[in-house]
Amino acid sequence: MLKINNLHVKLEEEDKQILKGLSLEVPAGEVHAIMGPNGSGKSTLSYVLSGRDGYEVTEGEASLDGEDLLDMDPEVRAAAGLFLAFQYPVEIPGVGNMTFLRTAVNAQRKARGEAELTAGEFLKEVRAKAAELQISPEMLKRPVNVGFSGGEKKRNEILQMAMLSPRMCIMDETDSGLDVDAMRLVSEGVNALRSPDRSFLVITHYQRLLDHIKPDVVHIMSNGRIIKSGGPDLALEVEHNGYGDLLAEAD
Amino acid sequence: MTGTTDLDVREGVDRETVETVQNMGSYKYGWNTEIEMEYAPKGVNEDIVRLISEKNGEPEWMTDWRLEAYRRWITMTEPKWAMLNYPEIDYQDQYYYARPASMQEKPKSLDEVDPKLLATYEKLGIPLKEQMILAGVEGAENAPAEGRKVAVDAVFDSVSVGTTFKDELAKAGVIFCSISEAIRDHPELVKKYLGTVVPATDNYFATLNSAVFSDGSFVYIPEGVTCPMELSTYFRINAENTGQFERTLIVAEKGSSVSYLEGCTAPKRDIAQLHAAVVEIVVLEDAEVKYSTVQNWFPGDEDGKGGIYNFVTKRADCRGARSKIMWTQVETGSAITWKYPSCILRGEESQGEFYSIAIANNWQQADTGTKMVHLGKNTKSRIVSKGISAGQAQNTYRGLVSMHPRATNSRNYTQCDSLLIGDKCGAHTVPYIEVKNTSSRVEHEATTSKVDDDQLFYCRSRGMDEEEAVALVVNGFCREVLQALPMEFAMEAQALVAISLEGSVG
Ligand SMILES: Nc1ncnc2c1ncn2[C@@H]1O[C@H](COP(=O)(O)OP(=O)(O)O)[C@@H](O)[C@H]1O
Ligand SMILES: [Mg+2]
Repeated sequence: MLKINNLHVKLEEEDKQILKGLSLEVPAGEVHAIMGPNGSGKSTLSYVLSGRDGYEVTEGEASLDGEDLLDMDPEVRAAAGLFLAFQYPVEIPGVGNMTFLRTAVNAQRKARGEAELTAGEFLKEVRAKAAELQISPEMLKRPVNVGFSGGEKKRNEILQMAMLSPRMCIMDETDSGLDVDAMRLVSEGVNALRSPDRSFLVITHYQRLLDHIKPDVVHIMSNGRIIKSGGPDLALEVEHNGYGDLLAEAD
Repeated sequence: MTGTTDLDVREGVDRETVETVQNMGSYKYGWNTEIEMEYAPKGVNEDIVRLISEKNGEPEWMTDWRLEAYRRWITMTEPKWAMLNYPEIDYQDQYYYARPASMQEKPKSLDEVDPKLLATYEKLGIPLKEQMILAGVEGAENAPAEGRKVAVDAVFDSVSVGTTFKDELAKAGVIFCSISEAIRDHPELVKKYLGTVVPATDNYFATLNSAVFSDGSFVYIPEGVTCPMELSTYFRINAENTGQFERTLIVAEKGSSVSYLEGCTAPKRDIAQLHAAVVEIVVLEDAEVKYSTVQNWFPGDEDGKGGIYNFVTKRADCRGARSKIMWTQVETGSAITWKYPSCILRGEESQGEFYSIAIANNWQQADTGTKMVHLGKNTKSRIVSKGISAGQAQNTYRGLVSMHPRATNSRNYTQCDSLLIGDKCGAHTVPYIEVKNTSSRVEHEATTSKVDDDQLFYCRSRGMDEEEAVALVVNGFCREVLQALPMEFAMEAQALVAISLEGSVG
């Protein structure tokens, strides 16, 4: 599904290298987790994969089902099935959450040559999915992320993910700032989406989330590279011992 | 349950926007109807003024009123205080009167109507029955109506070509007709109110209008009557080099209410065209008038060629106690906009509101705002202005809030937000505030911001293309004003916001 090979990325505006030869492969149907200290480049990776401005790829490639991702506009990547749940979801004043979702869903359907959802179809679907995530109808009417609590923002990201049914879901620290109940809701939301033709790349600091969303592979990232990959046990190891040993080993 | 319904409708509105954006070209109304026109010679002088008056079959008092205005106008000079740059206008190089030749005699059926005129109405989105009525087809009033019920008065170049739903309105006692018809059929009303809100001597453009206005709309709502439907006027400039000078007069008697919509379009031309309208509104005790405009005159091309020069004087006089006026404008068109819809809050406890979206893209220049003149006690006003600049455009908000000595305990609240797209455009805010009593309060808030890259990326990462993303974010920025519009217009306005910003990014 997602293949990243020897990816080197620097900031466009400064001479700062952030990703330094990162390679990663997430096959269809699998859940991979990325853990790593702050500043190792996890968010940068997720932004570069979804096409945000401000970064320059100096070497390497990334593809989704064999198609070069790095040449596509962000909206083309989205229509191709890539989704990023943001670490810091963006507020859009004056734009109803529902309007935003509907515009997004139909933009993608249109780009893929599918018929747009009617108002009725859309409402039915969004209400059902919002209810599962305990997102109130009132929150659906409010402007996108404006005045949402940290947990509400994250649940809203998962709602978008559920509505857009992407094939490749990247989640950037979706668990930070969530209380136990919200964590359970989000994990259930994600687990419900797991399927043989959908993959997840879950960026997290905590083993906690991985108790709910069982990963197939855990990658440890540091200083712009994957320094170690392994099974779910690797996350437990980090939880108990911290990154210290792993980092020393890599050096 | 109410909440749900509300939400469903809103959703429909926004969907419409997106669809409309996707289906429209860069300037939807940029077609030109080749209809045979009858012109008066170019230029303005006393003879032209007399000719216009005669063509409209006006009584002598009206001709004299126009001539007096003309004599005044030639002593005046064009105001230059606005933040607008445009080449000198040659007032003698304009046509001051033009009308479709086919309007000289009323057609008997649709077959006799110039098909191009009908095509024009169709492109404007006017329903068939209304098209027939506008085209003056006999018996059209009795044809079955489809769709929405909005009475329309269409002004095509200088002439009103017809008004719909007249009979139904007449049953309620409402008069809705062209101003020239009103001068002929209701001279007592016109004499009583014309020029009492915007005097013929008011300003250069209003005085010119007083001399040469060729048509416009007249509305009279009798005491206690709530107008049974929305009233709407479509103004369209078609003939080349024609100045359009329409005159609108609205009178709302005690305890009455009406909502009036105004839509404007003009074809693409590479020569700038002059437009100077006057709107006067008289609001008596406990009456309420809501006046909404979606102004989409041709803005000129990407290189700043052509477009409409729009110099408009709009003013409402809240004469009665507790009277209320609400101006809502969506100004997306015109190369030059000079426009300050104003409220004279004379009656005690009268209220004025002004909601405005002004979009200037490419080489457009807009200098627009309002005047809130508080004369009576306990009067209230509210100003919400959203200015959007893109391309090389300049957008100025100019607003006056004046509290007179007798306007005790009065309040004003002004919110003035500017949004910049790109770094070659400009936004300016010029507030004038005068408070001449100690018990009144004026609040002014202003913000200027750039369209946020993170917001655009967030939208695009969800699948919207760049233009759709900008349209969505800007529509959000304008939400408060869009919500002040009647639902029918809100859709059109949202679409216009999107269209007028096409090409502003990337
Ligand atoms: N736009 C930027 N400007 C300056 N520094 C940046 C920018 N984006 C990322 N960085 C730097 O790159 C490094 C990696 O950041 P990030 O990808 O956010 O890491 P993580 O998500 O793993 O905490 C950090 O040192 C961060 O400060
Ligand atoms: Mg991060």
